[in-house]
Amino acid sequence: MPDSAQILPGTLDLLILKAVSLGPLHGYGVLLRIGQISDQALLIEQGALYPALFRLVRQSLLKASWGTSENNRRAKFYELTAAGRKRLREETDGWNRLATAIASALATRPEEI
Amino acid sequence: MKLLAYLRCLAPKFLHRSQVEEDLEEELRSHLEHRANDLQRSGLPRAEAERRARVEFGGQVRYTEECREALGGTLFETLGQDARFSLRVLRKAPGFMLVAVLTLALAIGANAVVFGVLNGLVLHSLNVSQAENLYGTEYGIDTGFQSYPNYRDLRERNRSFESLAAWQFAFVGLDTGKDPSRTIGFATTGNYFDVLKIRPYLGRLFHSSDEHGPNSAPYLVLSYAYWHSRFNDDRGVAGRVVQLNKHPFTIIGVAPPEFRGTLFFASPDFFMPIVNQEQVEGENRLEARGNTKGVFEAFGHLKPGVTPAQALADLKAVGAYLEKTYPKEFAQKNYSLERVGLTSFGRAVRAFMAGLTLLAGLILLGACANLGGLFAARAADRSREVALRLALGASRGRIMRQLLTESVLISLVGGTVGLLGSIALLRRLSVWQPFPGASIHIPVSPDATVYVIALTLALVSGILFGTVPVRQVLRTDPYGIIKSGARTTGGRRITVRELLLGVQIAICAVLVTSSMVAVRGLVRSLYGNLGFEPRNAMLVSTNLAMAGYSGHQIPTMQKRMVAALQTIPGVERVGLVNNYAPLVYASASRTNVFKEGAADLRPSNVAAMPYRYDVSPQYFPAASTALLAGRDFNWHDDKNAPSVAVVNREFASKIFGSVTNALGQYFKLQDGTRVQVVGVVEDGKYLSLTEDQQPAIFLPFLQSPASQSHLVVRSSRDGQQVTAAVRNKLRELDAALPVDTETWNSMLSVVLFPARVATMSLGVLGIMGAMLSITGIFGLAAYSVSKRKRELGIRIALGAQRVEVLRAALGRAVRLLALGSAAGLMLGLLASRVLAVIVYQATPRDPLVLAGVVLSMALLGLLATWVPAQRALSLDPSTLLREE
Repeated sequence: MPDSAQILPGTLDLLILKAVSLGPLHGYGVLLRIGQISDQALLIEQGALYPALFRLVRQSLLKASWGTSENNRRAKFYELTAAGRKRLREETDGWNRLATAIASALATRPEEI
Repeated sequence: MKLLAYLRCLAPKFLHRSQVEEDLEEELRSHLEHRANDLQRSGLPRAEAERRARVEFGGQVRYTEECREALGGTLFETLGQDARFSLRVLRKAPGFMLVAVLTLALAIGANAVVFGVLNGLVLHSLNVSQAENLYGTEYGIDTGFQSYPNYRDLRERNRSFESLAAWQFAFVGLDTGKDPSRTIGFATTGNYFDVLKIRPYLGRLFHSSDEHGPNSAPYLVLSYAYWHSRFNDDRGVAGRVVQLNKHPFTIIGVAPPEFRGTLFFASPDFFMPIVNQEQVEGENRLEARGNTKGVFEAFGHLKPGVTPAQALADLKAVGAYLEKTYPKEFAQKNYSLERVGLTSFGRAVRAFMAGLTLLAGLILLGACANLGGLFAARAADRSREVALRLALGASRGRIMRQLLTESVLISLVGGTVGLLGSIALLRRLSVWQPFPGASIHIPVSPDATVYVIALTLALVSGILFGTVPVRQVLRTDPYGIIKSGARTTGGRRITVRELLLGVQIAICAVLVTSSMVAVRGLVRSLYGNLGFEPRNAMLVSTNLAMAGYSGHQIPTMQKRMVAALQTIPGVERVGLVNNYAPLVYASASRTNVFKEGAADLRPSNVAAMPYRYDVSPQYFPAASTALLAGRDFNWHDDKNAPSVAVVNREFASKIFGSVTNALGQYFKLQDGTRVQVVGVVEDGKYLSLTEDQQPAIFLPFLQSPASQSHLVVRSSRDGQQVTAAVRNKLRELDAALPVDTETWNSMLSVVLFPARVATMSLGVLGIMGAMLSITGIFGLAAYSVSKRKRELGIRIALGAQRVEVLRAALGRAVRLLALGSAAGLMLGLLASRVLAVIVYQATPRDPLVLAGVVLSMALLGLLATWVPAQRALSLDPSTLLREE
C-alpha cells in the first residue's frame, strides 16, 4: 500500500470501532474497510490488528462470533456492542474537538496574535 | 464490573485453554488465507501470494503472544511460572525443603490425629435422629449407675423428658445350638428403640407393650454386625430360638447397620428386654432399690422448649424426693445431665482431649516458630539473589509473590504428608483393641472435616510464617548488598527469630519434662505395691448362670472348680473372688459399714464405705496378699457359721485404731448383720492406680454366693500350658460352661490404659518437640556461623583459641537453649501436677526426672550445634579473607 501514512498511536481502536460500526466484519475485512474508508491513506500493520481486536472484545466493546466469509472460508466476525457504539460516539467527538483545536492552532497567522 | 468482565474472559481461558488457542490460530490462518486469495487474484502465483501474505502480516509469534495477553488471564500463567521456578529453587536447597516439609508434616499430622479423635469422641453426637437434645442422666457421685426402681420413679416423676429409656450391660453366653460363646449385650427397657426412633433393618424391634412384668419378654434383637458375622446375613433369622444362659429367647429382628448402641466405646452384640434380667443372670438385680447396678444409664429426648438447665433442676427435684422417701438406700446423691454416648466417662475424656489438644497446639506453635526461623534464614541467605532481581527490574510485589508461592508449595506438601500419616494412624486407632476380652473400639474415622482442618492449618501456618521475611525483602537495598555482600545487622538486639526459637525450646522442654514424669510414674505403678502380685497369676472368669446354675448349686460348683484346678501340676494356689478381682475392669463396688453400736442404719451414720470383696479360702495366698494378723478364711465359714471378715490395714486403723485392736472386733453391714474381724491383710489398690489409700473388707464367698466369679490361679509354670490345663479341667467339670482366661497382668491394662495413653501421647509429642528444637537450633547456629564467617576468620587469624571461636559463633544459640530449657522445665514441673491425676505417682519432685530433662536438653543442644561448630572451627582465615 503505497503513499500511506502511519496512524497515530491510540487511533487504531477508534478506526476499528468505526469500521465495524458500518457492518459486521471479520479481521481481514476490518483491514480492507479501514483502507477503503481512508482512501488507502492509513496504513495498519496487519498483525497489530488482532491484539487490538482481542482487547476490544475483552472490554466488551465488540462481540465476536464464528461465521462464513464471502469466499466461503470460516472466519470470526466482529460487531459493535451497545457499549462499543457509545464509545465510538465519545471518541469521535473527542477526536473532532482535538482535530479542530489543532487545525485552528496550526492555521493561526502572525497578525491574529 | 471490570472485575466481572475480567473474570468472564478468564473463565473460558482457564477452563478451555486449548480451545482458545485453537480459535486464535484459526483466526490468524483465516486472515492469511483471505489476504493470499486477494493477492492471487491480483496476478501472483499461489506460492508467492502466500509468502507475501505472511510477510505483510509481520511477526506472527509476537502478535500471537500479544493477543494472548490481550485476552487476559495471565494470572494463572504467572502462577504456573512462579510454581515452576519455586520448584527449581527448592530443588537446589533440598536440606531446607526437607526440614521445612518434615516440620510441617509432624505438626499437621499430630494435630490431625488429635482433632480426628476429638471429632470422633467429643464433637460427634450419637448417630441417631435428633441427637442434639438427647441427654443421659447420671446419679451419684461419679457413676451413671442407678437402680431400676429409681429409673422407674424418674420416668414417672420428671416433667422434662419426652420419654425415658434405660439400659444395662448383659454379659451372657449365647448358644445357637452349636457353640456357646460369651457375648456382650444391652438389656434395655421396652421403649429403648422407640425413644431413639430406630427402625428395624429386619423383622421387628420390641416395645413397651411387650413388657408384662418380670421375665415376660424373651425376645432378642441382634445388632447388624453380630447378625452379619455370627448368622452370616441369614435373612430368615427372625423367629429362630437361641439359648441365653440356657434360657430360650426368640430372635425377632435385626437393628440397622448404622446403630451400634448408645455407648461410643462398646458395641453390643444384641439387645434384650431388661425385664428378663433375672431369668438370664440367675439373680434379681432389678427390684432392689439400693442396688445401683440395675441400670447403667437412663436417657431421653428433652421435651420441646425445655432447656438442659430446667431439666437438671427437674432431675434434682426428683433426686431430693428419692432421698427423702428412701433414706435407708440413699444419701447425698445427686442427678446430673450428660451427653449420651460417653456417659460418665465424658468428663475424663473431655479433660484428656483438652489437654491433648493443648499439647498438639503447642507443637503446631513450635513448628510455626521453626518455619518462621527457617524462612527468615533462607531469605537472608538469598538476599543477594533478591537484590540482583530487584536491580534487574523485578517488582517487589513479584518477588514477594515468589516467596509466597514457595511457602504455599511447602505447606501443601508438608500438610499432605502429615495428613496421610495421620489418616494411617487414625485407621489403626479405629481398629485398635486395647483390652483383652472386651469388645471396645474407638470410633474415629478420618472424615472431610479432618482433611479440611489439617490442610487449612498447613496453609495458614505456611503462609503466615512464609511471609516473615517480607519485611526483609521490602527493606532490601539492592545496590548496597551487591556492592558489599550481606552483612549481619544489629549486634545484641534480640530478633523475632530468636524469640520464636526460645519459645519453641521452652515448649520442647515442657513436653520432655512431662513425658519423663509420666514414664517414671508408669514404671512406678507397674512395679509398685498393689497389695497383690499380678505376675504369675492367671484370672479365670466364669459365670455359672451361663450354664444354668442357680441357688445352692453355685457355691458347690465353685468349690469343685477350685479343688479341680488345685490338682493341676505346677499350680501353687487357687482362690476365688466373686464378680471381679481388684483392678480388673475398674469395677470395685463399695458397701456401707456401721459401728457395732449403731442402732439406726441410715446413710448419715455410715462409719466407712470400704470396697467389698467376697473371696474363698486360699484367695490371699493365691493373690499374694500378705496376711498381717489373724487368720485366713476356711471352708467352714459358710452360711451356717457366724459372719466373719478379713479387713485391710486402712480399714482396721480407721475403724478400730490399729491392726491389733481390730482382731475380734465387730462391725455392722447395711442389712444389720454383725460381722467379726478375724484377720487383717496389707493395703492395696482396688479401683484405680491413682486412688488414695482406700479401706476394704473381704467376706467369705460361701456366705454370699454369686454366679459370676474370677478364679485366681498362681503358678510357676508357663502361662500357655497352664491355660490349656485349666480349660481342660473345667471342661471335664461342665462342657457347657464358657470360660475366659487372662493373666492378671494383662487385665491391669484397663486401669493402666489412661496412664499408658497419656505416656504414649506425651512421649510422641516430646520426641516431636525435640526434633523441632534440634532443627531450630541447628538452623540458628548454622545461620549465625555462615553470616559471621568473615568475623570468625579475622578472629582466627588474630590467634583466637578454639573455645573463643566457638563462643563467638554459637554463644547466642547455646544461651537461648539454656534459657528456653530452664523456662520449659519450670512450666513442665507445674504441668506435671495436672498429670498426677491421670498417671499414678507422677511426681515432678524426682531427681531422676530433673537430671533426665537437663541431660536430654543438653544432648539435644550438642546434636544440633555439632555440625555448625565443626564448620566454625574448620574455617580457614586465609582463603576466607581472600574470597571476600
